[in-house]
Amino acid sequence: MKWHAIFEKNVLILAAGILITVSIGGIVEIVPLHTIESTIEEVEGVRPYSPLELAGRRIYMREGCYNCHSQMVRPFRDEVERYGHYSLAAESMYDHPFQWGSKRTGPDLARVGGKYSNAWHVAHMIDPQSLVPGSVMPQYPFLAENALNIGDIAAHLEANVVVGVPYTEDMIAAAEADLFAQADPLGDHGGLLERYPGATVGDIDGNPEVLTEMDALVAYLQILGQMVDFSQYTTEDLRQ
Amino acid sequence: MPSEVEKDAITGTETTGHEWDGIKELNTPLPKWWLYVMYATIIWSLGYFVFYPAIPWVNGFTRGILDYDQRTDLDRQLAEVREFRGELLTRIEGASLAEIREDDELLDFAVRGGGRAAFAENCAPCHGLGGGGQQGGYPALADDAWIWGGTLDDIYATLLYGIRSDHPQTRFGIMPAYGVDEILTREEITDIAHYVVSLSGETEDAEAAARGAELYQRPDLCVTCHGENAEGNVFLGAPALSDQIWLYGGTVAEITAQVHNPQYGVMPAWIDRLDDATIKMVSVYVHALGGGQ
Ligand code: HEC
Ligand code: HEC
Ligand code: HEC
Repeated sequence: MKWHAIFEKNVLILAAGILITVSIGGIVEIVPLHTIESTIEEVEGVRPYSPLELAGRRIYMREGCYNCHSQMVRPFRDEVERYGHYSLAAESMYDHPFQWGSKRTGPDLARVGGKYSNAWHVAHMIDPQSLVPGSVMPQYPFLAENALNIGDIAAHLEANVVVGVPYTEDMIAAAEADLFAQADPLGDHGGLLERYPGATVGDIDGNPEVLTEMDALVAYLQILGQMVDFSQYTTEDLRQ
Repeated sequence: MPSEVEKDAITGTETTGHEWDGIKELNTPLPKWWLYVMYATIIWSLGYFVFYPAIPWVNGFTRGILDYDQRTDLDRQLAEVREFRGELLTRIEGASLAEIREDDELLDFAVRGGGRAAFAENCAPCHGLGGGGQQGGYPALADDAWIWGGTLDDIYATLLYGIRSDHPQTRFGIMPAYGVDEILTREEITDIAHYVVSLSGETEDAEAAARGAELYQRPDLCVTCHGENAEGNVFLGAPALSDQIWLYGGTVAEITAQVHNPQYGVMPAWIDRLDDATIKMVSVYVHALGGGQ
């Protein structure tokens, strides 16, 4: 009681007290994440997003898809049986910010890559109810009409480098060319696929003339959960 | 303003020593039972520190004497259900598709259990619940018209490798873009479309259909893939054109569009997504929907 009075009467001491208390909490919770070696599992295959996928991710965030969709398969039996292998920390290590989400009005999307065809995604984004009767997902027909605003994609890659995504000089130099090549059915995909293995290439949205927001979003959806080959790993390898 | 801490005459509780405009504040203590419950939970929580992963240090953390790990525990849970379903699943893994088909117990398990559940999660968004098919090139699986064949083995192969998927063994077949690549003229394409319509219904322009029939049968054109009687070809994935069942519509305009610049259905390969027992069960489920051969 007596000690407490000091804090109540002096705002500076109160501020210092708050700072110390919060720092202890912060240090105990945050520092080990950076120093414990098993936080991020050591798996092969996780690569930075291709420029088009990165642009698609931006649309995903802009449209607030995370309000209804999580990207985090938790290690529970029912989730693993439905969606596939549980998500790893390593799989979102290049996500800034991560899209784990906290609400599922729709299904989890962490493993949606490769589950459907591009054509299905495009038709589903334009009019979900035409394929899934009774779906409460909103329609996004404008994505197929809007030309993708590419802004300065190389700078976007560079910004990611600052927060630790290992884009190489080579990737940054080729960023804009890669962005267009990925959705161009006649584009040269060799270099692109070397830099970004497993990327979906070709005319994604059925409209090869224009690079649309739909191209970008579907390219992003198609890579989700596709980078790690889980048949190579046992639970023991993935223990955190 | 601070004032003296004093005992309040009415409640018998101490005041906090604050006073504003003559109003003093009581310092009513927390109820005893509440406090004891809180102390008890704190003591209880110590158990977690001992038994479960808890205290981080610089490059590791205490693992607890139970050595609990959620991911390892998941394996235990999966093994548990596996045991629960185990006998039937093991038999399905070991059995051929035909054997599953003939064994009432396995068939029931595949059709009403695992097959149906996997179909609802993975296939229904394209093929519709119950395999009724959907507009946009998603064929019905409950009828007896098959593009790639309707035997158990055909269906199983279709599922394993997909159709025009990115799996190297995918089923694959494409139709030339007769209009876009200028193989046929506009008129010729319209004529053929009239003919194709006439195969399963009435055509408004019998003359055009007759001209179209001739073109259709030309050895370098439609007949190679779709067959002399337009019965289709399951090896090339060319659908029958004589059965009023359409992927992309059966009007003259829709058929003209398809011949001008064809659309292709794409289905993902399931071999890397679903385990073999599940693919077998779904195959048997699809086969049992009504049209299996
Ligand atoms: C109001 C909530 C809501 C919002 C917002 C929403 N969705 Fe959905 N989504 C759903 C529901 C519900 C389903 C399940 C029914 C269906 O497939 O339409 C779904 C299904 C999906 C699926 C199919 C998943 C599967 O495994 O079958 C994809 C892909 C998807 N949404 C992507 C998106 C994207 C991308 C956005 C943002 C542009 C988005 N959704 C926004 C509710 C939403
Ligand atoms: C992304 C959408 C999509 C999904 C998901 C999908 N399919 Fe398909 N499926 C198709 C399309 C499109 C075709 C027709 C391909 C063509 O035109 O040749 C097809 C064809 C088939 C065929 C061959 C039909 C025939 O007439 O020969 C079978 C069998 C089949 N699907 C079963 C399944 C099953 C079982 C699943 C779930 C494990 C499934 N499909 C999931 C799109 C899909
Ligand atoms: C090289 C083989 C090949 C040739 C030659 C060919 N087709 Fe096709 N055709 C296909 C395939 C494969 C499909 C199925 C596309 C799909 O499944 O998505 C198809 C689909 C179609 C369809 C759509 C059927 C439906 O259910 O909607 C029509 C109509 C059609 N063809 C007409 C023709 C006509 C007319 C010709 C001749 C001018 C022709 N095809 C020549 C392979 C061929």
